[in-house]
Amino acid sequence: MSYDVMQQNKDKHFLNTEALKRRMKLRIILDKVAKGIFILSTLFSLLILGVLIYRVWNQSVGWLNLRFLKSNLSIFPEKAGIHGPILGTLWLMAIVAPVTVILGVATAIYLEEYATKGKFQSFIKTNISNLAGVPSVIFGLLGLTVFGRLLKLGSSILAGGLTMSLLVLPIVIVASQEALKAVPGFLKDASYALGATKWTTIKTVILPTALPGIMTGSILALSRAIGETAPLVVLGIPTLILRIPDGIMSDFTALPIQIYYWTLDAVLRPEYANLAAATIIVLLFMLFIMNSIAILIRNKYQKRY
Amino acid sequence: MDKSMNVREVIKDNFNNKRHRGLEKFIPKIFLLAASLSVVTTVGIVCTLLFDAFKFFSRVPLREIFSTKLAPLSANPSFGILPLINATMITSLIAMCVAIPIGLTAALYLSEFASDGLRRILKPIMELLAGIPTIVYGFFAYSFVTPILMKLIPGLEAKNALSPGIVMGIMIIPMVASLSEDAMNSVPNAMREGAFALGSTKLEVAFKVVIPAAFSGIMASFVLGISRAVGETMIVAIASGSSKIFTFDITRSMQTMTAYIVEFTSGDAGSGTLGYYSLYAVGLILFVFTLLMNLLAQYITRKYREEY
Repeated sequence: MSYDVMQQNKDKHFLNTEALKRRMKLRIILDKVAKGIFILSTLFSLLILGVLIYRVWNQSVGWLNLRFLKSNLSIFPEKAGIHGPILGTLWLMAIVAPVTVILGVATAIYLEEYATKGKFQSFIKTNISNLAGVPSVIFGLLGLTVFGRLLKLGSSILAGGLTMSLLVLPIVIVASQEALKAVPGFLKDASYALGATKWTTIKTVILPTALPGIMTGSILALSRAIGETAPLVVLGIPTLILRIPDGIMSDFTALPIQIYYWTLDAVLRPEYANLAAATIIVLLFMLFIMNSIAILIRNKYQKRY
Repeated sequence: MDKSMNVREVIKDNFNNKRHRGLEKFIPKIFLLAASLSVVTTVGIVCTLLFDAFKFFSRVPLREIFSTKLAPLSANPSFGILPLINATMITSLIAMCVAIPIGLTAALYLSEFASDGLRRILKPIMELLAGIPTIVYGFFAYSFVTPILMKLIPGLEAKNALSPGIVMGIMIIPMVASLSEDAMNSVPNAMREGAFALGSTKLEVAFKVVIPAAFSGIMASFVLGISRAVGETMIVAIASGSSKIFTFDITRSMQTMTAYIVEFTSGDAGSGTLGYYSLYAVGLILFVFTLLMNLLAQYITRKYREEY
């Protein structure tokens, strides 16, 4: 086609450029609008996080002080403190941590190192992932029946701790499995090449290498356990315990339980809401510390091969 | 060294050493025992629920169970489960109405629009939301969201289904966003680039390429979100109250299955009463429902996952 012909045909476009331009503009505008909406919904959850913490902090100001941490529960809001619930939560951790780490790591070692790939292994794995999805109240019912009534542990620290251990065990197992999987094969091969047996290899090579990952997972599981309320309520932890827990068989109350009852009682006296807020700050602070430790371990000790 | 050592002999010695061999055989058995504990736990849950739920179902006629009248503590107790199921459905529905659109769009932003650096900051902060104990969300719903809603909606009761529903949705956003984003991230870049080469905008790539390709993962995240909402306890126990009426009015107080369990055990339903057994019946229904949801999510990811 010569230049002249092209000039002549200039008015007869094959494409309707006007419509095309309009359509392009629309598509680009739509893209920008959508991007804005998407940013907003991402920021929405961050905003909520900010509002939540700010709001709770505001309600706790004036109530959260050393006296509040040191004194025991009381029906008078001005006198009430959370010394007992803090100790209860610490006791709970003292049971949940060893039980879940020992059982969780043992299960993970079996699944990753010993079990032959087959139906039994995939059955256990499916079972674990299903357990992780069971609502925590159901674990409460299990604890109430088995630990509380069958083994006659009542609503003691031991019963609460074992119930919580079962609840967070899947988290520890999955995290430990991931950590064990990440141990490179050449380390194991080197150990076998030196004549080490399987157990020696696991004990001296695999476990130490996987330890940071296991610890990170365990701490996260523990932080889930101390924030969990429903199983303890179902176990029948009494509302007001004035005695300080002194052993694994004594009755106890924990921080989330106290938040629950104070929130419910806020209808009676609005000051209880402030007490609940102050307790939430203490709980969130503990969780924050634990999560920071977990992240620190992960960043500091985890080697990449 | 006077005595020369043969490596092969050392290994053979080691292998024949009785104590060692015993240990090597014994250790896996201990680990197997630990691993079977998870199976025992499942069996334990099913047995305790079935055993006591059976006592309930054998004493209460089916017509009463599937009625809308729930009055466990009245002189003439009635155990209709429909109010509980209804309340659970309604609060979960509200939660998903919040969690699905916000979670999905946040996932789209993180996976398709945000820069790598920004994503690395935003995602962990979002996951912080998932780490907050549910009791804290319950407090937040009752003492912050409900008063705001009361100003917006006149006639809203102090305990209602709307506020815990919304807060539950907020709690589930990180879960939906995180799982959906993982699914979107596993869509290969070549597919996106193909669409970009044809002149698509990012939005078109997101909706016409990424979402269809990651569909199974996204659906699984929704199903897991629903399962989480149905099993959530403390938020509804605090903010939705304990009214046992059968209603579709979200401004009123209603009791979910989980809240019923929590209310009753913290009350004085002693062992052996019908009220005590009803907890296990409700627990059984809850367990079966969440189990089905979780299996469905696993099925979706396994069956419809497209490998690239």
